[in-house]
Amino acid sequence: MDDCEEILREIYPYLDASLSEGAREEIQHHLDDCLDCLHVYDFHAELRIVIARKCKEQSVPPGLLARVQDCLGMEPTNPPPMAREA
Amino acid sequence: MNDTPAPNPEVDVATETEAQRTARFERDAMQYLDQLYSAAMRMTRNPADAEDLVQETFAKAFAAFHQFRPGTNLKAWLYRILTNTYINSYRAKQRRPDERQLDEVEDFYLYRRIGAVEEAMAARSAEDELMDLFTDDEVKSALDSLPEQFRLAVYLADVEEFSYKEIAEILDIPIGTVMSRLHRGRKAMQKELYEFAVQRGLTTPVEQGPGASGDGAEREHQHTHG
Repeated sequence: MDDCEEILREIYPYLDASLSEGAREEIQHHLDDCLDCLHVYDFHAELRIVIARKCKEQSVPPGLLARVQDCLGMEPTNPPPMAREA
Repeated sequence: MNDTPAPNPEVDVATETEAQRTARFERDAMQYLDQLYSAAMRMTRNPADAEDLVQETFAKAFAAFHQFRPGTNLKAWLYRILTNTYINSYRAKQRRPDERQLDEVEDFYLYRRIGAVEEAMAARSAEDELMDLFTDDEVKSALDSLPEQFRLAVYLADVEEFSYKEIAEILDIPIGTVMSRLHRGRKAMQKELYEFAVQRGLTTPVEQGPGASGDGAEREHQHTHG
């Protein structure tokens, strides 16, 4: 499997760590030798990092933990939001 | 991702007291609150609904915690409850379920349009370029624009880094379906991202990206790095 087209078809499964050991090694070898494919790989690996980082909510509502704990009958572990602001 | 081993595999679910189970839930499950809220936001796209969804998910998980087999994947188990709760409670409220299909988008859509531009700036890493190119809101909104079945698959893979097998279990669909939803969802999301880049004048729209007629890798020129 040395054809760029075939390698590129497996780029996302490779990124998703869902290839067999053998298939993974073939891609790795190809990327060691082929700058064009390496660049496609880098771009998508980095795009994935950007998506993961930017799609996470930065701020969870401050009262949510207490609300869930209360609903489950647990003791609150965090001070209530009012106390935290003070 | 492999299943994470349970912190306390010797727990005997059959004989543990209610207080012990509560303590185990607090210790093992509550740590996923932030992640589940983030996922709930991408599902409901609305903070108030996301909070309700998370609360309901934890209530159900707590009630069913005796059925969870210690040593298996707790995070995936919680996401499965989250997804089922979302589908049964929240999506049911929508008059029409979101079953839009996606248009066919060419492979490596974004790369073919901005990969070459970004590559020219060899002094900086592609990650910095892409990180600066899109705002948080744009990336979220590109994901939010996807029909639900694609949105959930892409979120679980790209943000939560679940394996295909885990996503198949969480969404209760075959692995082949996971792969095709990811393939199509990711391309459509890249198309949305490209629209943002064009709208903000960050790149000039092109009808055909470089190499669009053939394969992305088969360029005439050699790339040099650094």
